[in-house]
Amino acid sequence: MDLVQLQRQLVEYRTSLYHEGFLDEQYTQLQELQDENNPDFVVEVVSLFFEDSERLLNELTKALEQQSIDFKRVDAHVHQLKGSSSSIGAQRVQKVCIAFRNYCEEQNVEGCLKCLQQVRHEYSLVKTKLESMFQLEQQILSAGGSIPM
Amino acid sequence: MEAAAAAVLPSGSSQELHVLAVDDSYVDRKVIEKLLKISSCKVTAVESGARALQFLGLDGEKGSLGFDGLKVNLIMTDYSMPGMTGYELLKKIKRSSAFREIPVVIMSSENILTRIDSCLEEGAEEFLVKPVKLSDVRRLMKDCVLRGETEGNAGRRFDKRKFEDDNHNHTPSLSSSSSSTPSPPSSPSTTAPFEGDVATSELVSSSPPYSSKRAKLHGHD
Repeated sequence: MDLVQLQRQLVEYRTSLYHEGFLDEQYTQLQELQDENNPDFVVEVVSLFFEDSERLLNELTKALEQQSIDFKRVDAHVHQLKGSSSSIGAQRVQKVCIAFRNYCEEQNVEGCLKCLQQVRHEYSLVKTKLESMFQLEQQILSAGGSIPM
Repeated sequence: MEAAAAAVLPSGSSQELHVLAVDDSYVDRKVIEKLLKISSCKVTAVESGARALQFLGLDGEKGSLGFDGLKVNLIMTDYSMPGMTGYELLKKIKRSSAFREIPVVIMSSENILTRIDSCLEEGAEEFLVKPVKLSDVRRLMKDCVLRGETEGNAGRRFDKRKFEDDNHNHTPSLSSSSSSTPSPPSSPSTTAPFEGDVATSELVSSSPPYSSKRAKLHGHD
């Protein structure tokens, strides 16, 4: 695939992610913060988000497996996940977190378990999509091109 | 008065603002650090209120000099943190004679009126709803500059605050500044690099004049 095609593919892909609600304008904000002094800024922040999210998802799983669930603890983890997903613009993950927190407040175990499943799913989707997008960006850069905005 | 991300001293030389950012989230620390660096600030990012107090040397006699000798001109802290919350950190800072003049900005993902009120009452300059944007940071920089450029308002602030408090009790709904305050267009993001020594000037830490933004927040015009 030639450079122009790659660039077109990236723009289309990225647009679809916004369109489908995977990303919101906060992601755009991050892109705008990236410059020549820090050309990997977005990838770095997103990588931090991946690490953080995986840790939180594990903590959530453990917390919800307990005999007597500590909903405050669960809520604290969801709050963190909601925060970091919001900071990078991972809108669908953030939305599930909002519902998740409501279930925590109600101390609704079933609701929480359902949300955990959902948030895992949304997280894995956005992770895959972002990684694909980064790969495309890398291909463009390696072909000597620049990332279209 | 030009909007710029630097405090301008009367002598004409510029000084970078040094911001202490406090947030328990790695992601948010990285983002706020970038937002501030892009706005030509020096940044120290720490993960907790305890670390922030440590950096300020609150228990020592150093004044607002951090370990590297740089004065802190602004503190931006997340509200919800384990251990010490941003609110508790704010109180500690405002109750310390050495640091009470440092403007403190609270950041929170939750736009809760009572929370905003309590923070402002404890002396927070502003309450930003997360995720924090570049436009929020630019607006803050402008306010810090205005504050830094006016000397001799030392006595006035406390009077103003009392005035505010009296009126504050009567004001109706208060929304977060980042969403409701119509800010004037901010200056272009390309700011000139700063030369000159990072002097431990008293100017930037002098008592802030009555912030017009505060007036807006309190519904005055």
